[in-house]
Amino acid sequence: MPFPRMLFPRLIRALLSHPVTAPAPDVPPDTIAALGARLDAAARGRLGRSLAIRSVDAGSCNACELEANALQNPVYDLERFGLRFVASPRHADVLLVTGPLTTNMREALLHTYAAMPAPKWVVAAGDCAIDGGVFKGSYAVEGGAGSALPVDLVIPGCPPTPEQFLEGLLAILEAEARQ
Amino acid sequence: MSGAASTLIAAAPREGVRHMLTPAAWAALPEALVLEPGLALLALWAEPGFIHAAFFDEPAPALLLASAPVAEARYPALSPARPGAMRFERMVRDLWGMEAVGGDDRPWLDHGRWAVIAPMSARPMPNTAPPLEPRFLPVEGEGVHQIPVGPVHAGIIEPGHFRFHVQGETVVRLEALLGYTHKGTLGLMLGRSPRAAARFAARLSGDSTVAHAFAFARAAEAAIGTAPPPRAIALRGAMAELERIHNHLNDFGFICNDASFAWIHARCATLREGLLRATRLAFGHRLMMDAIIPGGVAQDLAPQGAEALLAALDAISDELPAIGRVYDTHASLQDRVVATGVLDPTLVARFGAGGYVGRASARGFDARTALPYPPYDTLPPVVPVLTTGDVDGRARIRRMELPESIRLARTLIERLPEGELVSPLPQRAGEGVAMVEGFRGECLAWLRLDDGGLIRGVFLRDPSWLHWPLLEAAVRDNIVADFPLINKSINASYSGVDL
Ligand code: SF4
Repeated sequence: MPFPRMLFPRLIRALLSHPVTAPAPDVPPDTIAALGARLDAAARGRLGRSLAIRSVDAGSCNACELEANALQNPVYDLERFGLRFVASPRHADVLLVTGPLTTNMREALLHTYAAMPAPKWVVAAGDCAIDGGVFKGSYAVEGGAGSALPVDLVIPGCPPTPEQFLEGLLAILEAEARQ
Repeated sequence: MSGAASTLIAAAPREGVRHMLTPAAWAALPEALVLEPGLALLALWAEPGFIHAAFFDEPAPALLLASAPVAEARYPALSPARPGAMRFERMVRDLWGMEAVGGDDRPWLDHGRWAVIAPMSARPMPNTAPPLEPRFLPVEGEGVHQIPVGPVHAGIIEPGHFRFHVQGETVVRLEALLGYTHKGTLGLMLGRSPRAAARFAARLSGDSTVAHAFAFARAAEAAIGTAPPPRAIALRGAMAELERIHNHLNDFGFICNDASFAWIHARCATLREGLLRATRLAFGHRLMMDAIIPGGVAQDLAPQGAEALLAALDAISDELPAIGRVYDTHASLQDRVVATGVLDPTLVARFGAGGYVGRASARGFDARTALPYPPYDTLPPVVPVLTTGDVDGRARIRRMELPESIRLARTLIERLPEGELVSPLPQRAGEGVAMVEGFRGECLAWLRLDDGGLIRGVFLRDPSWLHWPLLEAAVRDNIVADFPLINKSINASYSGVDL
């Protein structure tokens, strides 16, 4: 395969320049302690120091997805922490729910949760997923992930910034690591 | 006014910004529309007892709104003359309980799960029936089988159901079923002031938060009869271009990624991240949500904002040529995108689709030049048009628009006028409509205010309404494996049309 000529100078420059990756955010200790209390020792052993995340948009405005997607860009590079998004709920430890949980998405969300093996976490990300956000009270909205599932962690924001997403997911990793 | 349909509409007496047709005149509309194929349908929606339609009259050029009273919840469908009307008619049936006679009678947003039927009608009825089984159009032929996909998809994307009818590897028909993200947004806006309701417009489709908030603000200002101050106008324009840039970078990268070319995706994502960090610094929010409000803008550019934005734009300008060269010179990439998912210009014209979907298929429409509004009235963009209509064409339009948007954003930021950020919004009755070019295409907002200045009727229209049916056309006769690529090249919003 002909290697693109213009890539060579770029590669050399990249070797000499700083990495684009941003440092990890700090995680509040009380969040870690609270999460640790929710997880029994046996589950800790099984999850280890990595998390597979299945994201489900339960009716968001799509801005929460934009920011969740940004976690995979080279700047946040989520996989360096042992966190990765997976396609199948059968491979997932964390269900990341965004959106206010529309009535039309309730059944699909429950199916996704049911397909995940235990132990499993539910994270409600974004103000909508916490309690319905601005869409609270609508005939078409259930009012957050908690109206259908046991929520372990909430990540506030409209949408949460990638740092806020990372902070929450790292808190789960930390909680698991502390026996 | 030049054609049968526009003459018919304009002859009806005005009410607010609409022409109120008699039921007989509305019934004559489909036939008149067939005689005037150039009159593009932008949207169709309702209020209890009334049906509304918005058109773009190109020769005028002007928005042309038609209304008619609806008796016994039935009105003549426009979809026989305008295929793009069909999804709107199904939505009107689900929200207002009015049937389009001669249209498609299958539900769209209503999956039979809400506690009420026709939630936007004058008297919503309780829903006691079990959830509906979706009905898809049948396909006949030997060896045809179905592939159901969604509503939960493999990636971090919005939910929707796709039903593929496949023969071997070839897609014979794709039909989407949306409505999974229906939040009742329009209902939540009723009875609120334009300021309070702006938060819903900003959340119709998060990736287009600036464009929809911009369109909604302009419609509200038109209804009230006020104009935003010059500094707010320039900031709005800058934000709209910044939104276009970050989304075009995102889309271009994702299209390449779906063609297994991750390097461009990584570079575009890094440049986009640099821009979003600058927008956060400049406007306090990465996506600039709630930054545009009726009357002006919510806050001023932060002290170091201009500098940060210009630096991020420079970084993008510097790297775009190199990214473009890699895209152009890699056969593996070209092989996937060229002649894939072709949309014929005739079909695109029949739907009147805008944005990169229209512009890649010879329809040069852009709200910024078609019906110029501030700041574009004094700063017109150069709008690229291609005729290939394939994935490559839609990717290229985005690439070609990037330097132009960078130029516009830079000009607006560098020449920011001094002064106020927001004009007063007196409480008064009125009606307004406005069209703003978002990154996907034209966003339309219409609203009607009562004497207390509260919203009595509202509709927000995302360009995706016309892109979704065209996705179905673009996928036909392509292989299933190319669906993600074709889908990404159109990147229609789910939330934007689910309302
Ligand atoms: S929390 Fe905000 S950004 Fe996220 S889905 Fe809700 S409205 Fe959109």
